[in-house]
Amino acid sequence: MKFTLNWLKRHLETDSSLDTIVDTMVRIGLEVESVKNPAEDLRDFVVAEIVEAGPHPNADKLQVCRVNTGSEALDVVCGAPNARAGLRGVFAPVGAYVPGIDLTLTKAKIRGVESNGMMCSEKELELSEQHEGIIELSDDVPIGSDAASALGLDDAVIDFEVTPNRPDTLAVAGVARDLAAAGLGKLITPDVTPVKGAFPCPISIGLKFTDDTRDACSHFAGRVVRGVKNGPSPDWLQRELLAIGLRPINALVDITNYVSYDRARPLHVYDASKVKGEIHARLAEKGEKLLALDGKEYQLTDEMCVIADDSGVLGLGGVMGGETTGSTDDTTEVFIESAYFDPLRTARTGRATGIISDARYRFERGVDPAFVEPGLELATQLVLEICGGEASDVFVAGGHSQSPKLIEFRSSEVKRLSGLELEDTQILQILTDLGFESERSGGTFSISVPSWRPDIEGPACLVEEVARIHGYENLPAVPMKRPRAIAKPLLKHGQHRARIAKRVLAARGMMEAVTWSFVPEDHARLFDDGSNLQLRLVNPISSELDTMRPSILPGLLSAVGRNRDRSIQSIALFEVGPQYHSDTPDGQRLVAAGVRLGAVEGPSSARQWSGNARAADAIDAKADAIAVLSACGAQASSAQIIDEAPDWFHPGRCGTLRFGPQNVLAVFGEIHPGVLDELDIAGPIVGFEIFLDRVPEPRAKATKTKPAADLPDLLPVERDFAFVVGGEVSAAAIVSAVQKAEKKLIVDVSIFDVFEDVSLGAGNKSVALSVRLQPTKKTLTDEEIDAVADKIVASVKKATGGTLRS
Amino acid sequence: MEDILELEKDILDQIDAASEEKALEDVRIAALGKKGAVSALLKGLGSMDPAERKEWGPKLNGLKTRLTDAIEVRKGDLHRASINKRLETEKIDITLPVRAEAEGRIHPITQVFEEILAIFNDMGFVVEEGPDIEDDFHNFAALNFPEGHPARELHDTFFFEADEVGDQKLLRTHTSPVQIRTMMSQKPPLRIIVPGRTFRCDSDQTHTPMFHQVEGLVIDQETHMGHLKWCLEEFAKAFFEVETIKSRFRPHFFPFTEPSAEMDIGYKRVGDEIHIGEGDDWMEILGCGMVHPNVLRNVGLDPDVYQGFAFGLGVDRLAMLKYGIPDLRDFFASDVRWLQHYGFAPLDMPNLATALSW
Repeated sequence: MKFTLNWLKRHLETDSSLDTIVDTMVRIGLEVESVKNPAEDLRDFVVAEIVEAGPHPNADKLQVCRVNTGSEALDVVCGAPNARAGLRGVFAPVGAYVPGIDLTLTKAKIRGVESNGMMCSEKELELSEQHEGIIELSDDVPIGSDAASALGLDDAVIDFEVTPNRPDTLAVAGVARDLAAAGLGKLITPDVTPVKGAFPCPISIGLKFTDDTRDACSHFAGRVVRGVKNGPSPDWLQRELLAIGLRPINALVDITNYVSYDRARPLHVYDASKVKGEIHARLAEKGEKLLALDGKEYQLTDEMCVIADDSGVLGLGGVMGGETTGSTDDTTEVFIESAYFDPLRTARTGRATGIISDARYRFERGVDPAFVEPGLELATQLVLEICGGEASDVFVAGGHSQSPKLIEFRSSEVKRLSGLELEDTQILQILTDLGFESERSGGTFSISVPSWRPDIEGPACLVEEVARIHGYENLPAVPMKRPRAIAKPLLKHGQHRARIAKRVLAARGMMEAVTWSFVPEDHARLFDDGSNLQLRLVNPISSELDTMRPSILPGLLSAVGRNRDRSIQSIALFEVGPQYHSDTPDGQRLVAAGVRLGAVEGPSSARQWSGNARAADAIDAKADAIAVLSACGAQASSAQIIDEAPDWFHPGRCGTLRFGPQNVLAVFGEIHPGVLDELDIAGPIVGFEIFLDRVPEPRAKATKTKPAADLPDLLPVERDFAFVVGGEVSAAAIVSAVQKAEKKLIVDVSIFDVFEDVSLGAGNKSVALSVRLQPTKKTLTDEEIDAVADKIVASVKKATGGTLRS
Repeated sequence: MEDILELEKDILDQIDAASEEKALEDVRIAALGKKGAVSALLKGLGSMDPAERKEWGPKLNGLKTRLTDAIEVRKGDLHRASINKRLETEKIDITLPVRAEAEGRIHPITQVFEEILAIFNDMGFVVEEGPDIEDDFHNFAALNFPEGHPARELHDTFFFEADEVGDQKLLRTHTSPVQIRTMMSQKPPLRIIVPGRTFRCDSDQTHTPMFHQVEGLVIDQETHMGHLKWCLEEFAKAFFEVETIKSRFRPHFFPFTEPSAEMDIGYKRVGDEIHIGEGDDWMEILGCGMVHPNVLRNVGLDPDVYQGFAFGLGVDRLAMLKYGIPDLRDFFASDVRWLQHYGFAPLDMPNLATALSW
């Protein structure tokens, strides 16, 4: 919402400076976004007089003018048809920036004649589109004076954000009321005096609704003014509208725009001669259309409130008028509409049509229902003043409730909610200044809410009014009590896991990424867990971001692709965040996912003096998963590891860590080359997905005591074994067979070599392990050790068919 | 007895002459071994009469002790010499670079979330969370956004297809729905802090369709705007790690608070740096207010009994301000060069026992 300082001063008598006004607006909640004085752009421009105008020697349409700028006389080449001796206009000297042509003037030869500046048109100063000739000022404007003042432009334009709750500040009068209440001066908004009708209103008004739809337009007042002379509105009005960015149309339309901004009272004017029969408000019928004033045709629905006559729809109530009955310069008889349209219906119509208008903006936020008829009277006064003519009686259909909203208010609420300690008199003074009325009844006040404040619902709203006008800067800063000596833990166990997972993965050399919760639908399909449920947005920002991600991996893989395109060869990225499997709260899972491409040791490690880096493989992804699960408190060592994973992993190079078929903790492996092809990324890339919310909660225990440490004094014994097994036998099966052979003594089994060779027999492999035996009571004899070794060999043979390699 | 003196001198000479540990050992065996010269003399003590033994015993034992000590000393010398000799050959180029190790990073959003949460924890807040996919009730209706109210249009909402009965899920536009979920499931007094992802259908230089918020909520029977002001001023000082801060509360509008405010902090720009707490420029950092009576009623709390405040912080924006990160969109680009530069070391875990950041 924009207004000029001069406009404000028609409603507020004040000595305050512009700065004080702006600061106060911010202080009371009218958030000023910009303050601009167009005069500042025109500082270089002065009033100058053309002393002589003669033909240009080399061009028929140009003249060479001798210009008196007040300080010197200069030759200026001018192409304007109205340039003539004696004309006072606006002169731009060399060095001035001319906004309308986006040019800083230099001394230039035009067709061989030197020109020392420029006489300007309105368009060149961005005052209007007018470019027929240069600006003509009256003869009493002093030569050499400031052009902005001469043009009446030396007036600050204030633009501020209107929050949806304050439709009353969509009026300059409303801004003035707030500022007066804040102590900046006296509210001097003139009262509206009704204009007496000279003849009965020739156009009757009807409200054609059912009981259900009556709210659509509950109050409609109108009258005809005949014998008007339309045309351009007076300078002061045009200037005011231009200053706030409105294009002057003609006097009648300009008056409605002026009242709309002055009092937040939208109006509409019809060329009465074009209206057929009764004007009425009703809901549109299906199939009806409207050619609106913006030149576009709109299809109407039976939800929309329209203004119509016997010929059909004339306009969309509260949104925009139609072409057919719009006023023109030839209009001599005008019908002025002032009505109250339902905010919700207006908003719906506005959204459905996409029409953005000052009327819609005001009606959907709620205009003052008590100002329907005064608004019509104010418009009538201005029409009579500017366009002349004679007004009819006012025709009123419907009406509004006269009884104001009453709020029972205990003044102690101010202290209770704001902490401010104010006297009752201070509280009531603020409310009175804002237009509230109060009456004491017992220990409380009965506060009546002014008709222009639809936002005021209850006592808390009144506290806000008092606090904001008194000033939030006066709020005391009161320490909150500590609820307990030592703060409760910030996080529950489950919430802590996400933090731990991030720190573990970063400590393992990975970069934390934050990628979008949405991915392209075709990426989502690649990572579909079989449910085939795509959570698609109806209104995505783009098709690249249209489906909720069923996995974090596609986002990370795309990021790998982007980084790789920058010639980064080794990339390790992870993200801990949500993925979405249904639109219910249960369908959102917390997952830690990561991907690795290239060297485990990082981007600068590919070739080193100490040996070349190792490329990340599926076992690295497994290590990431185990590290996170262990850090989160899962017994990763007791989880099953199976050689399966979802379809987006390489079928032969993937695995699942789980506590059972229904309780998968993590999946990992090489990303399926087919998936990488679809994503257009070169692999191999390995990845993992860890389902953090499936990690079991730790059991609540009565004690924090740890079990006693068992640290034997006897030296352990190591023995190595190499087994030849079939290629399909898993390392885990061999290790498990070894462990089972002698549960008490064997404390560790580690695999230190795996190889395949024809000498082992086709399809076989050798697996070498080191077994650590820990005696607890006495040192083991050679015989005892040999006995354990025999048990190990037998156990492995039984479980896997493997034999000791000779 | 001159023999003994001679023998001692002879063996001591041999000890001195031994140039390596092996030769020294040979000398020791020749003198003190089972069949050594000194051992033989000691054996002779047994056949002596007591008077002789009394004279010779100490002499011979003295000789053995002196020789043993001399051998130990020489042995030490030789060992040190041999180490020194080996060390002369064992030289590496210490200027060689260390073996590469991957360096991980924590994203600034995570870091700033943790900073914010550490501060509020000290003021007695605990974390609550809620789903990203919400319904109209939790995201709007219960928060006093009436159907069709223009305030809803300020939230450019992402919607999903409506189901058979016409209910339409949406992506939460703020973390405030967690206020509703918490107040409906727990009893006051409440002090909660809600970190999370939020979504609005908006994308330009300063808006991303996904961003991050932290919501705060206090509900009890005494908390008023003065407490709100104190809480947020203390937060701002702690977060920006400054002793004093210039702040200002301005009236504003949010459907779910009444009275409502926005908090600005004073700053100045010095070159590319932002100095918080000084200067004459203001920037908005959060919205806040007293929980609206309608919201309390919607969750079954009596607004004449219960009261409290709520606030919402834009985490991405706070991260940009504090750490001077120029472009919001880079947060979501996963450029490893950017992550390396603006990210945090894995063990740099924000807490109040140390400074919040290093």
